[in-house]
Amino acid sequence: MAEDIIKLTPPITDEIVASLKAGDRVSITGVIYSARDAAHKRLVDLIEKGEELPIDIKGQIIYYMGPSPAKPGHAIGSAGPTTSYRMDAYSPTLNEHGLKGAIGKGARGPEVVEAMKKYKGVYFTATGGAAALISQSIKKADIVAYEDLGAEAIRRLEVEDFRCIVAQDCHGGNYYEIGVNEYRRD
Amino acid sequence: MRSIPADKITEAVAKLCMDANYYLGDDVYQALKNYRDKEESPVAIELLDQCIRNADIARSSEVPICQDTGFAVFFVEQGDQVCVDGNLKDAISKGVAKGYTDGYLRKSIVEDPLRRKNTGDNTPPIIWIDPVPGETFRITCAPKGGGSENMSEVKMLKPSDGEDGVKNFVVDRIKRSGANPCPPVIVGVGIGGTYDKCAWLSKKALLRELGSKHPDPYYAEMEEELLNRINNLGIGPQGLGGRTTALAVFIEAHPCHIASLPAAVNVQCHAARHKHVDL
Repeated sequence: MAEDIIKLTPPITDEIVASLKAGDRVSITGVIYSARDAAHKRLVDLIEKGEELPIDIKGQIIYYMGPSPAKPGHAIGSAGPTTSYRMDAYSPTLNEHGLKGAIGKGARGPEVVEAMKKYKGVYFTATGGAAALISQSIKKADIVAYEDLGAEAIRRLEVEDFRCIVAQDCHGGNYYEIGVNEYRRD
Repeated sequence: MRSIPADKITEAVAKLCMDANYYLGDDVYQALKNYRDKEESPVAIELLDQCIRNADIARSSEVPICQDTGFAVFFVEQGDQVCVDGNLKDAISKGVAKGYTDGYLRKSIVEDPLRRKNTGDNTPPIIWIDPVPGETFRITCAPKGGGSENMSEVKMLKPSDGEDGVKNFVVDRIKRSGANPCPPVIVGVGIGGTYDKCAWLSKKALLRELGSKHPDPYYAEMEEELLNRINNLGIGPQGLGGRTTALAVFIEAHPCHIASLPAAVNVQCHAARHKHVDL
């Protein structure tokens, strides 16, 4: 692959989000947060009640992931992305409150596409099922909220050269459509 | 009559849970390599390489291939000349709790589907017991991830829908799944039986070894045609486009009612895990 890899360190700005296009290769170094189904429900419940969130999501990137337990001496267990459409019901609210990015697998629905356009958000894909490989780019993991949820707790992750691909951008660009159209045979 | 102590089953099950989650089967590993060599999309080649490297890391570090270490599903073949000294269900359940705890596997089961409190030890397992003749006692552990399970479906077709109805349903199910089930997938297809039996057949089909042909030439040909049609969808690894959408299609057929034509698709991600032991 000759393409350039874009380096990102959260928090990211609207300008950075706007510069990212479907198909771009990205390498993230810095802090991201993990959250999946149950944690999303709690975050959005808090927003609806007008209460403060346990983490500041402004400019941040959430990784849809619930790891396996870390073996002794490991920072984290296996840590691949989970399927993103299950978070579609919650994502627009989080984008409205400043979240800039999400990492998962699988395409997002129309309500998320609209929210990403309106609030400047970007959706990345990491390789589903490559969980042992991905965990090598996570250097530190600390639970910062909802410890009772176990694998679904919110974790603060320190990542180094965490690779992903821009799957859907804030301009409506969709790399799933581009890729599939190229290799489909009717 | 041969007797197997329950605690021997518990120990074997604990090891099966760990082994299945750490070591990708040689057949799946080889299939990933073969498809990687035939793949046309540079992105898809890169993603398949990641899957292969991932399997290598999981094996050498003894960590799960995928963080979703699944619902622990068991198929038990119990010979009529074998009895269990103790309760089989409890023995397997204890083995799952031990394997998932000692093996650093994720606990992904909630005790009630609506109230959703995690059981904490990945129990209860799903257990299917098949009585067979003789002295056999084989336990197969097939941890099943949620992402691909969510893309599965049973459809009660009409007999007049026929072969084309079944084939179109299978292809359409995979098309609608897109990137969600972590392609390249393995497609388990159940045809016939009752509503429940058909779903079971589609899961049982996933236990077949990759590269094996259906013993009935009629279904062997259908499997090949379906695999070809599915790979022509262009979905590719992770749904980002490519020629590798499925590694295999496996069909299990069963007698059915004169009024019915049930069809089921059970989708399996590329982290296709199953291990068995004979006790």
